[in-house]
Amino acid sequence: MASPKISLRGVTKAFGAKQVLRGIDLDVAAAESVVVIGGSGTGKSVLLKCILGLIRPDAGSIKIDGVETVGLGDSGRKEVMRKFGMLFQGGALFDSLTVWENVAFGPIQSDGMAPAKAREVAIAKLGNVGLAPEIGELFPSELSGGMQKRVALARAIAREPEIIFFDEPTTGLDPIMADVINELIVKCVSDLGATAVSITHDMASARKIGHRIAMLYEGKLIWQGPVAEIDHSGNSHVEQFIHGRAEGPIQMQVRKL
Amino acid sequence: MTIPLVTLLGRMVLGFLAAAGAVIMFAGEAIRQGLRPPYYRQQIVRQMLEVGYYSLPVVGLTAIFTGMVLALQSYTGFARFSAESAIPNVVVVSLTRELGPVLAALMVAGRVGAAMAAEIGTMRVTEQIDALSTLSTDPLKYLVVPRLIAGVLTLPVLVLVADIIGVLGGYLVGVYKLDFNDSAYLRNTVDFVQFQDVFSGLVKAAVFGFLITLMGCYHGYTSKGGAQGVGMATTNAVVSASMLILTSNYFITEAFFAR
Repeated sequence: MASPKISLRGVTKAFGAKQVLRGIDLDVAAAESVVVIGGSGTGKSVLLKCILGLIRPDAGSIKIDGVETVGLGDSGRKEVMRKFGMLFQGGALFDSLTVWENVAFGPIQSDGMAPAKAREVAIAKLGNVGLAPEIGELFPSELSGGMQKRVALARAIAREPEIIFFDEPTTGLDPIMADVINELIVKCVSDLGATAVSITHDMASARKIGHRIAMLYEGKLIWQGPVAEIDHSGNSHVEQFIHGRAEGPIQMQVRKL
Repeated sequence: MTIPLVTLLGRMVLGFLAAAGAVIMFAGEAIRQGLRPPYYRQQIVRQMLEVGYYSLPVVGLTAIFTGMVLALQSYTGFARFSAESAIPNVVVVSLTRELGPVLAALMVAGRVGAAMAAEIGTMRVTEQIDALSTLSTDPLKYLVVPRLIAGVLTLPVLVLVADIIGVLGGYLVGVYKLDFNDSAYLRNTVDFVQFQDVFSGLVKAAVFGFLITLMGCYHGYTSKGGAQGVGMATTNAVVSASMLILTSNYFITEAFFAR
């Protein structure tokens, strides 16, 4: 593999006595889409937030384009953030702003684009995710869950990021809308030529949007491989997870890890 | 199991110190961010409207009735010593030095501090604050700094308005109920009040404005755990702001007037 876009080595993170990540090693090549699967509370979100720099890992190294990002200062962090786009699980749209202002937020506030120009960009991006320009005038609270996800996706791609993160993109959507979002994600990622890291526990989504799948269990990546190999992983934990069986080596955690 | 009293006391002190330390670190970081560009002017203007303009009715109503009741109460007291002529003086000094800033600040703490904690707290639990970071916008700079600036700048203006409306309340009761001569009442007021009375009140207002917005932002920013967490943040913001207002009021008064 050529030098990876994202490279994690020995990343650990604990909250108090709870050890959430126990040494994560992961490489993501440029323009590759990696999906991290795992049960609820296994630390998938924490992993994503560590890469984003929202949470500081206790130990380990996270390199973006070969540059170490752990312990980066304000200005360096801002530069790295410029490469990122993120689709949050609940959308995380700013409810005090209209839809187009949400999409144009990054271009206006961070890149200093003129509002009139940013508005055009926002409406174009809304078009990319299949939303009409009129939607731009509405507030996020006036939209359905699926529409909010689309707007959030438009916001995530508005600055044409090099790396896009997806946090449970299909959670809470009906199967048809979930598939629509999956297809939009695939299209947006390939249009931008972006690198993508997604976390999900929806196997249909994982198969559709990922090139490679990694399974997180008890704070470690226990299996990684191309999507095509997931059905012949030879790993009993993976087998249990992808078939959604209650019986198997993975026991339900009653308490959060 | 019984916990010895000393242990309990120790825990309380440690808890208090930890909270105070966290607030001071938060304030320091916010001020550090506030001194460096970019400045979100639109946000500052919006917050100034929210803190100042929309608080005018409630602060005005508080001030006018406080002025009125001050005049009435001091009359019932002073009439016994035939000292009714001191009423305008008592009204204006109590208002400008103490009641104007403190009551206005308490009303604003209930109105604005709570709203800030609820808004920022909701943004925290719905990941909107994380979303700001991913859009290369510093949440402290975008959310907290404009609110702090708005608090420090607008509270003194609000208090000045409250002072004037409060004096007007005293005047109304004095002239229409207690049969003061209207020009004599005003002359007594203006002659007696000193620059320092008003100025100390405005300094207090600026400090209170900082404390109210700081508490609203801090509790909102650090809230967790969904609706319950946001509710707790709101309560904590109002209670801690009120306590800080009353405590710091004493010390500012001492700094200005004790000799």
